[in-house]
Amino acid sequence: MADLLEVSALTKRFGGLVAVNNISFSVREKEILSVIGPNGAGKSTLFKLISSFLRPTSGEVRLKGERISDLAPHIAARKGVVRTFQETTIFKNMSVRENVIIAHHLRSRASLLGFFLGTGAAKADEAAFGMSADEILALLGLSSLAGETARNLPHGHLRALGIAIGLATNPSILLLDEPFAGMNHEETMRMVAMVRRLRELGLTILLVEHDMPAVMKISDRIVVLNFGQKIAEGTPAEIQNNDKVIEAYLGSEDEAIGL
Amino acid sequence: MTRSMKIAPVAAFLVVIFIAVPVLISASGRIDLYYTFTSVALLSIASAGVWLTFYIGRINIGQGAYALMGGYVSAILVVTYGWSFWLTLPVAGLFCAAASVLIGLPILRLRGVYFAMVTLVLTEVARLLALALPITNGAKGMVSIPLPGALSAFGLTIIPDFATLHNARLAFYLLAVALMVVCFAVVYRLVHSRVGKLCQSLQQNEELASSIGVNIAYLRVIAYAVSSFFGGVAGAIFAAISQSIYPSSFTVIDSVNFMLNCFLGGLGYVFGPMLGTLVLYFGWDLLFQTGRFQLLIYSTLMIVLMLFLPNGLLSLAVTTRKKG
Repeated sequence: MADLLEVSALTKRFGGLVAVNNISFSVREKEILSVIGPNGAGKSTLFKLISSFLRPTSGEVRLKGERISDLAPHIAARKGVVRTFQETTIFKNMSVRENVIIAHHLRSRASLLGFFLGTGAAKADEAAFGMSADEILALLGLSSLAGETARNLPHGHLRALGIAIGLATNPSILLLDEPFAGMNHEETMRMVAMVRRLRELGLTILLVEHDMPAVMKISDRIVVLNFGQKIAEGTPAEIQNNDKVIEAYLGSEDEAIGL
Repeated sequence: MTRSMKIAPVAAFLVVIFIAVPVLISASGRIDLYYTFTSVALLSIASAGVWLTFYIGRINIGQGAYALMGGYVSAILVVTYGWSFWLTLPVAGLFCAAASVLIGLPILRLRGVYFAMVTLVLTEVARLLALALPITNGAKGMVSIPLPGALSAFGLTIIPDFATLHNARLAFYLLAVALMVVCFAVVYRLVHSRVGKLCQSLQQNEELASSIGVNIAYLRVIAYAVSSFFGGVAGAIFAAISQSIYPSSFTVIDSVNFMLNCFLGGLGYVFGPMLGTLVLYFGWDLLFQTGRFQLLIYSTLMIVLMLFLPNGLLSLAVTTRKKG
């Protein structure tokens, strides 16, 4: 399989702190790749660098060979790199369906003026967005909640809505920021199944996560960070038996690997 | 809601402002009320602009700057360059919109109280500029601005010369309310189209909006430009009515009032600023009879209103309708 996303020699310094230090790896098409690491390993910084929410100090990220570092977030999204958020970041005063409809922004053919005037193209867009939103909601099991104001959703559904918003942008690669955080076992298993279904639909997924059992279950490959550096990369089986990884985790906190 | 249910109140409103109010005023002989209602209409246009910036999640206390700018642009073009008032009206709006793009690009990155503080300063900067620039005639201001002339196209007179009218006040009133109707129609359409939803997405979460590909900087500037256009147009007509404009024609107090009009009417309702302006304008005048207690009572009432009706006066009407 071809490489979709390439991270090469990516470095980010905050003053004297090197949060991400010379990290390189690549994500293949239709792969689920997880980035794991103890607290403070630089996962979140890496995540923001890839989604262009931060600019790298040096190094670069390429999507299908095209450099996407140093772009504004909305341009990176247009190129096909779309992130979800760790917090329950949604448009909280809109209905669930409105959240997903508005997220179709990148698919719109009509201009702002077109939408204002209600031109034919704008009406066609709106109809198409509505249909697509209903499909996405059905896929993620949110259909029954379509009319609910987003702020009233329970935790697990909020996470699903976050993914629905990401899906609506029609990304080449979807970046999930700790999709399992704060979930119980059952919810986690449901989310694992959901992420797998997304991959079956042809999506490539990069996720940053704490929850080791879920990561082991879901990932094709895993990249392990510690103190801003990549210490290992491989299949879940390889990672589980990697001495450096065991040391990094046992040296910090047992909780992180679910012991 | 069906279409006819929407049209009925709008038609009633149009009848009231275009027919009932003029008829009642001429029957009662209180010609001065024209000026009052004209002011309310113009102030509500400027407030509608402020409301729009609220809609993208920015507290705008700088509309006075654009009203002043619009007034001066129109006055200078009419007095110094002999342009027709009718041409200066859109030009004043566009000038303000262009200026707001330049000003907005850097300052719209700020949020919350920081943006509010900068816009507050903007009004004062506009006043000082009007005092200092040679073209604005300093503290003496621009006076004896001629009344709007005739507007004709293809040999047809669309609007007669205001100076020849025996009731120019009525003409100004009709101009102001017509413009008010157009402006609120624009805002209504904006809010109820996908553009409005995009603005709302900015208000609710700018990071998420940019992650789904919305060019937030662009959208913010567009909304701010429309807002300032409204301010400029309102200011231009004010200058034409009073036939003068001074650096102190629009001050920080006016900017604050534009914002209060929005709060009072309700930030969640397109017609909030219109109602807010009407209530605030007349409320202030009514309290005039309380003499030196005017400001005290006024501010107390405002605080009480905001405590008990945080969503504005229109939230009363809307909730009772839902219950009933």
